[in-house]
Amino acid sequence: MAEVVLKRIEKEYPNGFKAVHGIDLEVKDGEFMVFVGPSGCSKSTTLRMIAGLEDITGGEIWIGDRCVNEVPPKDRGIAMVFQNYALYPHMTAYNNMAFGLKFQKTPKDEIDKRVRDAAEKLEITDLLDRKPKEMSGGQRQRVAVGRAIVRKPEVFLFDEPLSNLDAKLRVSMRVRISQLHQQLKEEGQPATMIYVTHDQVEAMTMGDRICVLKFGEIMQVDTPLNLYNKPANKFVAGFIGAPAMNIVEAELISEKDKAWLKIGEFTFLLPEEKASKVKNYVGKKVWFGIRPENIKSFETNPNEENNYATGEVSVVEQMGNEEFVYFYMAGNQFISRLNPEKVKQISLRGSYKFWFDLSKCHLFDFESEENISL
Amino acid sequence: MKLKKYEGVIYILPWLVGLMIFTAFPFIASFLLSFTNYNLMSAPSFVGLDNYRTMFENELFKKSITTTFIYVFVTVPLKLSFALFIAYILNFKIKGVNFFRTAYYLPSILGGSVAIAVLWRFLFSDSGLINLIIGFFGISSISWLGNPRYAIFTISLLRVWQFGSPMVIFLAALKNIPESLYEAARIDGASKVSIFFRITLPLITPIVFFNFIMQLVQAFQEFNGPYIITGGGPLYSTYLFPLYIYDNAFKYFRMGYGSALSWFLFIIIMIFTLITFKSEKYWVHYDGGDE
Repeated sequence: MAEVVLKRIEKEYPNGFKAVHGIDLEVKDGEFMVFVGPSGCSKSTTLRMIAGLEDITGGEIWIGDRCVNEVPPKDRGIAMVFQNYALYPHMTAYNNMAFGLKFQKTPKDEIDKRVRDAAEKLEITDLLDRKPKEMSGGQRQRVAVGRAIVRKPEVFLFDEPLSNLDAKLRVSMRVRISQLHQQLKEEGQPATMIYVTHDQVEAMTMGDRICVLKFGEIMQVDTPLNLYNKPANKFVAGFIGAPAMNIVEAELISEKDKAWLKIGEFTFLLPEEKASKVKNYVGKKVWFGIRPENIKSFETNPNEENNYATGEVSVVEQMGNEEFVYFYMAGNQFISRLNPEKVKQISLRGSYKFWFDLSKCHLFDFESEENISL
Repeated sequence: MKLKKYEGVIYILPWLVGLMIFTAFPFIASFLLSFTNYNLMSAPSFVGLDNYRTMFENELFKKSITTTFIYVFVTVPLKLSFALFIAYILNFKIKGVNFFRTAYYLPSILGGSVAIAVLWRFLFSDSGLINLIIGFFGISSISWLGNPRYAIFTISLLRVWQFGSPMVIFLAALKNIPESLYEAARIDGASKVSIFFRITLPLITPIVFFNFIMQLVQAFQEFNGPYIITGGGPLYSTYLFPLYIYDNAFKYFRMGYGSALSWFLFIIIMIFTLITFKSEKYWVHYDGGDE
């Protein structure tokens, strides 16, 4: 049981490239924390610094009540699952899992017990005699997870463990890892887990909290729902959610004592509750963000007076339970997420009238890109 | 159209002719000659297995074959260990590593040449550079080439010194091992030594196997070094088997006997190669790589 605390940690490579810019983060004991961000955001580097595989050039890393800056990986109480599994190819699954325990001088029968327990948990008992080459990707990854479990680490580190698997397997492994976290908690050995991914769906579904990173800096740390509903800035707003939030340039104007958003030739009335927060921005340019599900068909809200706009539909993606409608309005592309049961068939390449639910929109400062409408 | 059919044959003809004249013909001819008495002057006369019988009664034959075995079983493991050791070091990400790789590979380009053998003779001669250097440290001169005990060492050193080509192959194999395996092992708590013996070495066993066989075959056939540096002496202490073959065939013109000796060497090499292949399943891991 251990919390992981990062205190202003930095990573600068010898060539002068600074990958991590003083990250501060507290991962609570037993928490499932996900690091997410686009490639090159240094999420893996940060994880590898926690593991001790990468030296840090500034700051401190604390695991439990120890500063581990100078502690070698094996003594940090961690276990790591790698993207490419990193199983020893010449060893059977059993020996792969037992390898680390042998160095800890664990008695043979204890090793055997731990390996078999872990194998049972992961349903790989019948694979124990096989070598990695004789296993599928999913099976290998389960062995890799097993190798982490048998160490009984205080902290599990996952470095994009599912990105080499096909889509279907990824979903089932995702559930399995979440279950494992739950199971360890129920068994009274809660483990802190830090999970790196570039897949925001994985992040949303697995994490207790998510840490969104960009270019070695933390953009926001919060629960999945808070990230979705209250993104701190334009980057998080655009990164979390699929399809992504529509974000376009707009101008905030005041007319008839009300605040309006002007996008091209269209104007939208900003609800009172939002307007009060952005008073200071009247007359200025802002970023206007609205999620696809908040752009609705005109049919669904016939009672509203304002905030209709006609868009030129370019593509309609039918998912069965929902429809993604791509359209152009005032020179910007938008995506609307519609419920096909509630709207008539939208013809491809025609005009269609949408209703924008501005009570759920977000406004971002044009320069700093911070969310100003929260 | 008819030409089309034989076009391919025409392309490989130069090689085919070469193979026939310079490999296949001598191969078969030497086998046949090994059952004859032939001195290049008169026609070969059939003597049955006489050549094979007499060689085992010859003292020099025994001396030569023993020397060869010592030479092979000292130089091959030494050369391979050394090659692996240097490859291991050159695999580190250090500054100027490309320069060192080239520097360490150079001897094996030069090594096989007559010029290097001549240089070796010069270096280790009684008033040579080596003696000069150890004299500087107050050690009295050693007769590297004149003393039977040291001569074989000097000759062996020349072979070990040419570790470049197995080194390059080892280096390629080491580069093939994914970094993440080492990282996983570090987290698992393996020391540098255990990582080497439990991860690195098992994963490159196919290459160790390949290099071992290549070196074994080459070492059994070593000729240039001892021929030029010591001429087989002193007291036949560096009289490797190929020298014995050469002397019989081209000095004493006992072509039949020389052929029989060649076939004997061929069989010896064959036996050791087969033993190595048989042992493969006990120590060579073919599981890596594929990823």
